[in-house]
Order: sequence, then structure tokens, then C-alpha cells
Amino acid sequence: MSIFNKHLPAIHVEHHKNTSECPTAKMPLPDKMYISMVQHIGAPCQPTVAVGDLVKVGQVIGDSEAFVSAPIHSGVSGKVMSIENTMSSVGIWDPIVTISVDKKQEVLEGIAPPEVHDKESFLKAVRASGVVGLGGAAFPTHVKFNPKNLDEVDTLIINGAECEPYITADYRTMMEDSELLINGIRTTMKYLGLKKAIIAIEANKEPAIKKLGDMVKDDEGIEVFSLKPMYPQGAERVIIYETTGRVVPPGKLPADSGVIVSNVSSLVAIQRYMETGMPLISKRITVDGTAIKTPKNVEVLIGTPINKLVEFCDGYRRVPKKIIMGGPMMGRAIYDDGIAVIKNNNAILAFDEEWAEFPKETACINCGRCTKACPMMLMPTTIFKAYDRRDREALVKLNVSLCMECGSCSYVCPAKKQLSFMNKLAKQFVAEGGKK
Amino acid sequence: MSRYNQGTLTVSSSPHVLDNTTTSRIMLDVIIALVPAFIMSGVVFGSRAILLTITCVASCIVFEWAFEKVTNKENTISDLSAVVTGVLLSFNLPSSLPYWMAVVGCFVAIAIVKQLFGGIGQNFANPAITARIVLLISFATPMTTWPLPNQLMGAADAVTGPTPLGIMNMGGDPAMVPSNIDMFLGFVGGSLGETSAIALLLGGIYLIARKVIEPTIPVAFIGTVFVLALLAGQDPVFHVCAGGVMLGAIFMATDYSTSPLTTNGKIIFGIGCGVLTIIIRLFGAMPEGVSFSILLMNILTPHIDNLSRRKIYGGGGRK
Repeated sequence: MSIFNKHLPAIHVEHHKNTSECPTAKMPLPDKMYISMVQHIGAPCQPTVAVGDLVKVGQVIGDSEAFVSAPIHSGVSGKVMSIENTMSSVGIWDPIVTISVDKKQEVLEGIAPPEVHDKESFLKAVRASGVVGLGGAAFPTHVKFNPKNLDEVDTLIINGAECEPYITADYRTMMEDSELLINGIRTTMKYLGLKKAIIAIEANKEPAIKKLGDMVKDDEGIEVFSLKPMYPQGAERVIIYETTGRVVPPGKLPADSGVIVSNVSSLVAIQRYMETGMPLISKRITVDGTAIKTPKNVEVLIGTPINKLVEFCDGYRRVPKKIIMGGPMMGRAIYDDGIAVIKNNNAILAFDEEWAEFPKETACINCGRCTKACPMMLMPTTIFKAYDRRDREALVKLNVSLCMECGSCSYVCPAKKQLSFMNKLAKQFVAEGGKK
Repeated sequence: MSRYNQGTLTVSSSPHVLDNTTTSRIMLDVIIALVPAFIMSGVVFGSRAILLTITCVASCIVFEWAFEKVTNKENTISDLSAVVTGVLLSFNLPSSLPYWMAVVGCFVAIAIVKQLFGGIGQNFANPAITARIVLLISFATPMTTWPLPNQLMGAADAVTGPTPLGIMNMGGDPAMVPSNIDMFLGFVGGSLGETSAIALLLGGIYLIARKVIEPTIPVAFIGTVFVLALLAGQDPVFHVCAGGVMLGAIFMATDYSTSPLTTNGKIIFGIGCGVLTIIIRLFGAMPEGVSFSILLMNILTPHIDNLSRRKIYGGGGRK
């Protein structure tokens, strides 16, 4: 890394933050909820309820013995109709718990703030809250908060970058739940023994920078940091470098460089659990895109089918041709709008024909735009040529495994090559080679 | 409400939005950047220069179309790269060159240098440069007969004479060398598109502003020529404006497929071009060396790319 350059490479992507001034609307209860048992990285949950059981709001319906996992709760009261394997948005078969909603919203008895007095009880509470990385990665937060070398960690970075176009859910969280957020930061710092916290927000969210800045101006340990409004400032390694100048070497975790990064919504969810005992059952989601009639920010219960959510936004304005879970740069295109919202969803974007159409790929002209755009300073064009000839050795040398699939290379490519996708395939190809 | 599912929705890998830059847009920018030099070629050398450029562009398009037709490849003339090659080749020719020779050059550029190696992005050498060198070797006399400026349309016998570098190379009278102002504006003998430094610079600034090229290679190339000329006790401004340095550094050495990817690589490439140009000019038999130096550096590009692989994030660059 050049000592002359304080920033990692980044690209300009049109922001399209159409919904930033849309206060969060609460959605009425749907008739049925479809709750997936795979909502995080790690071991999938096993249903802890059976068909015919009555469930209440806040009740655990799925859990796992594994360490890297997080429990899943019901956001409604009602009756378990079925537990069946269904094709999920990722394209694998997940057990889905279907609940018919009785609309009484009876809260589970015994929902009360947990007793937290030290690190162990805090981490236990974080696990019980069901919170995972809500920025998109869905890594169980209690695992992230408990690295082997916690004593070497000195800084908590709160990710409020929201560098993906369209999405404003984290911005609304910072504006509407600022109190919970700041208290969540304080709680986390206290129990993990961290001296410093940096709330990193992209410069295009001026009101949030101002509001949170005012709230912490007397707090010496917490600072608000303004990031360049470029993509992908919110990627973990990028945000660490931009805010602290620290580098997380390939194959290492942020904790190895003395930082823990957490998304703003995750901290708000943890603090809500600390204060009320209500686990993660709902999510703030931006609904936008050219095919949506009324773009909105919606607080939606996890398990709500996407078509109901769209209906709440007055339905489709045009025939949707592509529906994305997440942002347009890293989100997943889904094949069915009957799929339900999961924990790490932060946006549902529906686009019409014009947007869904992919431009024709042409030959690589070696312009080097992808190489210049890559925040990890990889060489996507060289990688894709190495993958084309299935040269595993060259791919390892090119460090393809460092690619975080941010999509910057594909975005800037004048030949419209799907470089990011090629990297994904190349990573898989390298990983398979390692097993042999 | 109706439900949308499999069959009606497009599923593809992210990212789902793309920049609007395309290959043809980049080529169009290069063509726009070449317009000032094109106009100056008409002002300086008259209509023969304009007609020669049009001939080259037309034949490059025809050869590209024909080659792809014959070999059953996808037609790529709409990416405009053949147009760029045509303009650049013509800019490297004396305006008096017989048309059929120019057409031969276009065949070499498109069919041999570009398409036989796999088409756009695959060629290891710059098509226009290579074609120019082939023409120079094959038709030495017409390729080095330089019409002098201000030969207007209809002049039956164009007056010819040596280029400024030719005068220098023959050890001629320094008084015969044109003034730096004439050199900068382009009112000197030479290839039809290379003489006007100001027009080429304008194009270069446009390309940099449009982010089509980075200034690295032109600055390294021109800077090296300037410094070495100074060290050799010659007029550096003369060496920078004379011959093909401006055209070569801005438009030919920056060709994507034949120049290195990384900034360090580009610096090495630019300096190499500059060093070779000055060596050929001062010590070689030829008065000018830009084409040869770029071609040589083109051949070295894969090696420069290998040696200048940049450090990745986290430092674990070369292993």
C-alpha cells in the first residue's frame, strides 16, 4: 500500500437515496409468516416448535447447539402450520416454519430485560437476542464480540456507511433510533472493555453525522467519522482502513488488528433487547426501485413475504423483471417474490425490464479500469484470464481469495464483463483445489 | 395481486447496476480527441491529407468487416476501434503517399496485427505503429518523401523537403530548422497528423479529462525525451515537438492492450519509449524513432506487467 495514499481505491456509484426522507412506516400483520431456519452464517437452526404448536411474540422457534449460530424468534402469535424444506433465496433447501397469524400479538410471558453484569452475561444476552450482522453479512454478533484476542481489541467501529445505492434503512435507524444506538455503543464498550468507538458515516448523510455528533460531543470515547461518499466504504476491511489506517492482513480477522466492526442496526437491536428483553423480530427495510409504486422505509417482521411488503408499498408500478434482496451492488436477485424477509435484509429493490436487461459482453480491451477500481488492489482482468484457463496456481498468486465481491470491477468494466462473478467462481475453484 | 416468480424474474449475479462506459464510447472519445489534429492536417497539408485519412478509415472498416465475415466471427465494427486504427495509421503517413500503399498498410494493421491475434484487446503490438513500420520498410522512398506545408488543393506538384528531424539527422544548417513556434503549431514537414503539437495536446487533455487515459505514459514519455535531449545538449522543446513524440506519447503508447496495466508499469513503459526514441534519433541511421521505440516497448509489455504487479491490500503482493 502506498504511503502517499490514505485511501483505498473506490468508485463513484449513483446514490439514488430516494427514500432518505421517508420516515419508517409500520406494516400491518400479514396472514402468514414464513420463517427460515437459515438466517445467518454458521450452523442452521433446528426448529424448536412442532406443527400445531401455538407460538407467541418473542418465542424462540429455532436454535442450534453450535457456537457459530443464533436463535430465531417468532414475531407474531399464532399457530405453526407446517415445517417444510423450501428453496430459499440462496438456492438451497431450507426448513421454513410457516405460522398462521392470529393477529392478537400475544407477547411471550417472561419477556424482560436480561440481567447483565459482566462480559459473559453480556455475550449470553447478545446470543439470546438473536442479533447477527444486520449490514448484510449475517455473522452472529455474539461470536464477533468474542474473539480469542479480545484484550488486544481497543476500538469499536460502528458501520453507518451505507454505501450501497438506494438503501436508506441504516440512515433512518441513525435518525430515528439515535438514542438506542448511542446507548448500545456505550453498553457494548462497557462490557467488552473498549476505550474507543468510531461511528463511521458517509459524508452524504449530513443530518445523521450532525445529530449523532451532537449527542456524543461530551463523550470522549466516541467519535463520529465522515467517510468519502464512495463505494464500497462500508466494506469491513475498507472501513477499518479509512477510519483507523489499520490493515487486516488476508486471512486475518478485524480483531487481529484491534478492531471490532458492527453495523448500526445490530447495535440498536442489541440495545433494544437489553432494555426491553424483546429479541430481534423485525427489521427496517428500504423498498425502492423503478418497479415499486411508492418507495418507503418499512419496519417489517422477519418472515413477512416480499409480495406482502410490496403490496404495502402500493404494489408494483411496472411489471418487475428483477427483484433484489439487498443493494444493487452486492444484493441477491431472487426468483420468487413469495420469499420471506430474513434478518440481514436491508432492502427490497424491484426493477422493471429496462433495468433488468444485461448489456452484451464484449472483448476485454485491457483498459485497466477494474484494476484501478478494486479496493483490495487485485487485478480482476488478470484473474478472469487465469480463471478462463483454469490456472489454479496463478489464481492463488493473484490472491483471488481476498476478493470480497463488492462488484466494483464489474461496475466499471466498459466491456460489461461480469468480473465480480468470475472472481466468485475463481474463489470457489481455488477453494476446491485446496481440498484435494 | 399477481405473484411474480420463476420464469418471469431475471436472476443474475451481482452487481445489478453498471456504469454507462462502453468500449465504443471510449473509442468515440479517442476519435473526438483526434479531431483537432485532423483539422490541422487539412490546414497544413491540404485536402490530400483529409482524403488519405478517409481512405484509411474506410479501408480499416472494410478489412475488419471482411475478416470477421470470412472467419465467421462476430462483427465488431460498431466498437469503432477500426476507425481509430485507420485515423492513427493515416496520421503516421506522409500526405503524398499513394492511396493503394495506405490500403496495404490498413490490411497489415487490421488483418495481420489485430485480427490474426484475436481481435480487439488481444493484439500484442499497436496495429497502426506496426503497419507504419511495414510500410516504411516496404516503400522507403514514398514513406520518407515529405510534402512541405501550405500545399493547397490543386497544386500539381507538391514541393517536398526534409522534416525538421531530417535536417538535424543530416547535420544540416541549423538555420533551416523551423522555429519552435512553427513546430508547436505544426507548420513543418512530416507525417500528416504528427506535426501540430498543440492540436495533439488538446486531444490529450480531452482524453485525460474524460478519464479515457491516465497522464502517466505521456508524461513519462515526453518527460524522458525532454530530459535526455537537455542532457545531450540539444533543444528539448524541439525534440518534444518534432516528429511523432506527441502523437506517439498521447495516442499510440497509451493503447490499452499494448501498454502495462499498473501505474509503475506505465512509468517504466513511458520512460523506455522516451529513452529508445532519443537513442534512435541521436545515434541511429533513421531521423526518427518513435514508432520503433513504441513497438519495442509493446513487445516488452507482458514482462513489464509481470514485474510490476502491484502490492495488494495487506501487502502480500508477489509470492
